[in-house]
Amino acid sequence: MLMRKTLGMMAVTGALAFAGSAVAQDTIKIGVSYPTPTHAWAAGMNWHAEQAEKRLEELYPDVDLILVNSPDPGAQASALEDLVSVHQIDALVVLPFESEPLTDPVLNVKKSGAWITVVDRGLSQPGIEDLYVAGNNPELGRVSAQYMKTRLKDGDNIVILRGIPTVIDNERFDAFMEEIEGAGINVLDHKHANWNRDDGFEVMQDFLSRFPDIDAVWAQDDDIAIGVVAALKQAGRDGDGMFVVGGAGMKETIKSIMDGDTLIPVDVLYPPAMIATAMDATVAAFKSNGPVAGRYILGATLITPENAANYYFPDSPF
Amino acid sequence: MTRASEGMAGKSPRRVSIDLKTLGPAIALLLLCIIGFLLNPAFISEGNLTNLLTRSAFIGIIAVGATFVITAGGIDLSVGSMAAAIAGVMIIVMDNAVETLGSGVPTVLLGCGVAIILGIGAGWVNGALTTKGKIEAFIVTLGTMGIYRSLVTYFADGGTLSLNFEVRGTYRPVYYDSFLGLPFPVWVFIAVAICGWLLLNRTAFGRYCTAIGSNEAVAKYSAINVDRVKTLTYIIQGLCVSFATIIYVPRLGSASASTGVLWELEAIAAVIIGGTVLKGGYGRIGGTILGALILTTIGNILNFTDMISNYLNGTMQGLIIIVAVFLQRSDWKLGKSKKS
Repeated sequence: MLMRKTLGMMAVTGALAFAGSAVAQDTIKIGVSYPTPTHAWAAGMNWHAEQAEKRLEELYPDVDLILVNSPDPGAQASALEDLVSVHQIDALVVLPFESEPLTDPVLNVKKSGAWITVVDRGLSQPGIEDLYVAGNNPELGRVSAQYMKTRLKDGDNIVILRGIPTVIDNERFDAFMEEIEGAGINVLDHKHANWNRDDGFEVMQDFLSRFPDIDAVWAQDDDIAIGVVAALKQAGRDGDGMFVVGGAGMKETIKSIMDGDTLIPVDVLYPPAMIATAMDATVAAFKSNGPVAGRYILGATLITPENAANYYFPDSPF
Repeated sequence: MTRASEGMAGKSPRRVSIDLKTLGPAIALLLLCIIGFLLNPAFISEGNLTNLLTRSAFIGIIAVGATFVITAGGIDLSVGSMAAAIAGVMIIVMDNAVETLGSGVPTVLLGCGVAIILGIGAGWVNGALTTKGKIEAFIVTLGTMGIYRSLVTYFADGGTLSLNFEVRGTYRPVYYDSFLGLPFPVWVFIAVAICGWLLLNRTAFGRYCTAIGSNEAVAKYSAINVDRVKTLTYIIQGLCVSFATIIYVPRLGSASASTGVLWELEAIAAVIIGGTVLKGGYGRIGGTILGALILTTIGNILNFTDMISNYLNGTMQGLIIIVAVFLQRSDWKLGKSKKS
């Protein structure tokens, strides 16, 4: 569907080019490249990218955003080449599939003179990008731990469900453990639940069988948290002030926080909408009188019933 | 092929070998349970055992179907994706039926009916492409695996499909409620296992599967309708996937691209751990069920201990699978005396 849209857009830009070369020359072309959405978070990113495209093109008639998604690193490298050769982009916003294989292709785009904005996953060589926009993984762990400390007291027990064994997971976990240290809260055990609901459910079931006294759960992710909640309800251990802290900012979770759910009272933001932030900042690099280059690290905001409405996008798939 | 038939021929004079083959997976499971108990006595708590059995039901039911496919010399790699796609369509159908049928039992029954039709249809496609299309089963099902997986991603728009909240309320007991102390999924598992055992061991169809798996050409000359029997094995597989999906959906009420990932390999592993020969010609439903239980128990035990680094979970699983098959395949006691 996106492909059709992109093709349609190419047709439109083509028509514009025929309409008058002066118009075409002044157009600022910005390529936006990211992995094909295969999971909810990425689908949310896709949605936010499309929203930002619509909004920015309405705001600036001379800005043309070209969204391309690719199913694997190789395809993304080719897509980057096409953006340069076919579209002659003035700027690139890229969320690399993997750091290593995409460093060179992005460097080649840079050599064509384009502005480079890298989102979420850094490249393996420093200094290529003009702007780096990312969520803050260690901060996500830290904010979660700080919230735990406000709710728990000395001697309370928690269990942790981790994601897929990756650098992202380690950063979150290490920062959490560092922050929770010395608070007298016992981390009974931590297991990988691979950022999915089924694993969250099964790992939590086993934790519940194994530990008779659990006061809170750090699930690190909203999908895992959904599995955790199902396991808690099945075992009838969802009362007594038990609470679960997830992360990311899934719309269902945010909705239930708005509604005052006590089992998942808060969420920690790691938003797929960061792609839109990156697109805004990249356009600003051409339009604003302020400097834009540098690093833009988003905060890992604690979402509470008070501020939840700001982060609720009911139409997004995530 | 020859080796398989030799094994079969060697079995009748020596009862011991049958016992070893039958007991291998059972011994492995028993050992695992003892290890689990020693690590943490809570392992044998009623709650944990119920969880274990319920969890085994998904892979177990699918593996019963896989036993037929593999016994008849085929393979089905598409089951995990098929489960995800069926779950996805079920959820879409039920969500859309709420307005006309309400959120009660009729909607759930409609969803289950759709699941069964889809399972049979998907199985038939795999079977027909393999037999009529004359494409290797590995390639056919590798293809359909990709197709079903991307279909669920497409239906969900890359995200997660969620079942209507009220329908979930109606449907939820199918996973969470019990009858005579055993949760419903376990009863479904038992029923599928008994039907599978009868079909494989007590009917002409079962014998045809074995015959085709050990030598397809001979089976053809023996006036067995090979294409029909092979297609039927895939349809049984599809039906089993439907049953597994019907009990899976009420658990979390959602389906996404990550639903059922690697179930195909777990099902095949369960079948092989249970003593069925991967090349076909010999199948054991009882072993398959033990195989499914073993696989689930490994995961469960790893969650019960922090002695082993999380990063080594895969290593432990791999080791235990290999040891379990080794226990069951090693005819060492018997082999030495027989060879002379």
